[in-house]
Amino acid sequence: MTVSTETALAIGIPPGRPRRRPAQKTVGSVVWHVVCIVLLAGLLYPVFWLLGSSFKPGTEILANASPIPWEWTFDNYAVAMQGVGPLSLWQLFANSMSISILTVVGNVFSCALAAFAFARLKFRGRGFLFGFMIMTIMLPMHVVLIPQFIIFNNLGMIGTILPLVLPKFLATEAFFVFLMMQFIRGIPRELDEAALIDGAGPFRTFGSIILPLMRPSLVTTTIFSFIWSWDDFFPQLIYLQDPSTYTLQLGLRLFVDQTSASSFGPMFAMSVLAILPVVIFFAVFQRYLVDGMATSGLKG
Amino acid sequence: MSAAAPPIRRVRPRYQNAAWVFLSPWIMGAALLTIGPMIASLVLSFTDYDLFGTPNFVGIDNYRRMFVEDQRFWGAVRVTLNYVIVAVPLKLALALGVALLLNRPRKAQGFYRSAFYAPSLLGGSVAVALVWRTLFTRDGTVDNTLSLFGVELGGWISNPSMALYVLVTLAIWQFGAPMVIFLAGLKQVPGELYDAASVDGAGRWRTFWSVTWPLLSPVIFFNLVLEMIGAFQAFTGAYVVSGGRGGPIDSTLFYTLYLYDRAFTAFEMGYASAMAWFLLVVIGVVTLLIFRSSQSWVHYAGDE
Repeated sequence: MTVSTETALAIGIPPGRPRRRPAQKTVGSVVWHVVCIVLLAGLLYPVFWLLGSSFKPGTEILANASPIPWEWTFDNYAVAMQGVGPLSLWQLFANSMSISILTVVGNVFSCALAAFAFARLKFRGRGFLFGFMIMTIMLPMHVVLIPQFIIFNNLGMIGTILPLVLPKFLATEAFFVFLMMQFIRGIPRELDEAALIDGAGPFRTFGSIILPLMRPSLVTTTIFSFIWSWDDFFPQLIYLQDPSTYTLQLGLRLFVDQTSASSFGPMFAMSVLAILPVVIFFAVFQRYLVDGMATSGLKG
Repeated sequence: MSAAAPPIRRVRPRYQNAAWVFLSPWIMGAALLTIGPMIASLVLSFTDYDLFGTPNFVGIDNYRRMFVEDQRFWGAVRVTLNYVIVAVPLKLALALGVALLLNRPRKAQGFYRSAFYAPSLLGGSVAVALVWRTLFTRDGTVDNTLSLFGVELGGWISNPSMALYVLVTLAIWQFGAPMVIFLAGLKQVPGELYDAASVDGAGRWRTFWSVTWPLLSPVIFFNLVLEMIGAFQAFTGAYVVSGGRGGPIDSTLFYTLYLYDRAFTAFEMGYASAMAWFLLVVIGVVTLLIFRSSQSWVHYAGDE
């Protein structure tokens, strides 16, 4: 008995071992593509429906399950562009953007330093600190949330974006430390040792050798930091109490609260604009993202 | 050669001071934003702190209220457990299924992998939660489609016995992240094992359970722990779909949503701290149980 096409398909036979005649192979390939595309269409239906609905008149949105509008309109975007109450769309966008950019800078800077120390330097307490760092990846934020809120409240930072971005400069997102560490471990140690023989200290080694070589992990961190901080709702909800600091996420929620249920159109137009940067980022960098996610989980 | 010749072995100098410099941001963060606040919230959980007054020590009152008096607390626990138990296995099963489907040497594999992954990046946003809210509302797409097949459930959002499943579907929709990790794991399964299985006449199921499952079990374990921890902390979807209230009649009152409500609507910081610590303990215990159970079903290469 041989493994059938379906079995191979189900268990994922690795490449390079032909076991089917070419004609069967073509049929199998076509079936595979059809299955993938059908699944994908179902999976992405809500996204296409969102996009389509943003061009439908409000009355059509519930009635029309198809992503393609019966009647096209751009009015929704005209309304969405006016923003929410006194907040212009550009201000919401600028606020989201500043938080995300500062988050990226903070994460890349602080996590790279910590990752280098954990991956390459020998120091007392390394094992203990490393264990603690890994533990914080799994720590639910709620257990530090309230005292952090009290600290930022006492510092008079509630209502500013500082509580959202300052922690990122202190390597609080241990996931990225771990991700970069895994990457640094893959860089041959001989390079460090050569630098050491040439008289370079750890700072020089980091700046001239490791940092340039770990660039792919910095790119992965940049993209994840950007997308995650862009979509991060809970901390924004808690800390951004001054409407002038509202982000697109908060603006969207405010918009939903302020308008009646019938104004689905502008709501979806605004939703499309809110996720657009994430979609663009993803489209451009998807290789880095998917590979970054894959390696973080393995190579333990 | 002189007696002072260096020994011929690799010397890795200890860089104590340099290490502190590199680690200083992280150590400050760990001390000021993690360890300090963890201790503080444990202390606060024994007080009646309300953010404005001075905290008074109230002993175990918060915990007694939580466990004995507060019906909404137990409701939130039930809703959250229900969500974790239903959403996590379904999400992982789908992730594994699609990973097995995609794990073939085909040209478009990379494209499909990225496309299936995309929802994981969008699913946490307010925008997508609003889409879900609209799709599952009365006379929305889901309701209308089911009606075509004679299933009259009405709007899921307003139905206390269905509302939670709206959020379950939203969680399952984001199966791409564990799927990508499964795919990376599948690539490491040696092809010879499949050859051997096929020579031995193993069928599809047999091959999956005897080869793929055991070899993939460390990855399954990793995904299970990660997804479980994440699911316990789900928030945005429930907040947006229920308009921040966890309704109808608390059917989507996730633990985190109730904690948020206690802390930032009622300003019961002491009570919310007690809730946060209970969450930490529950997540810790469940993680420990999964670790314990892993000895019987997770196989690491080189164990035998």
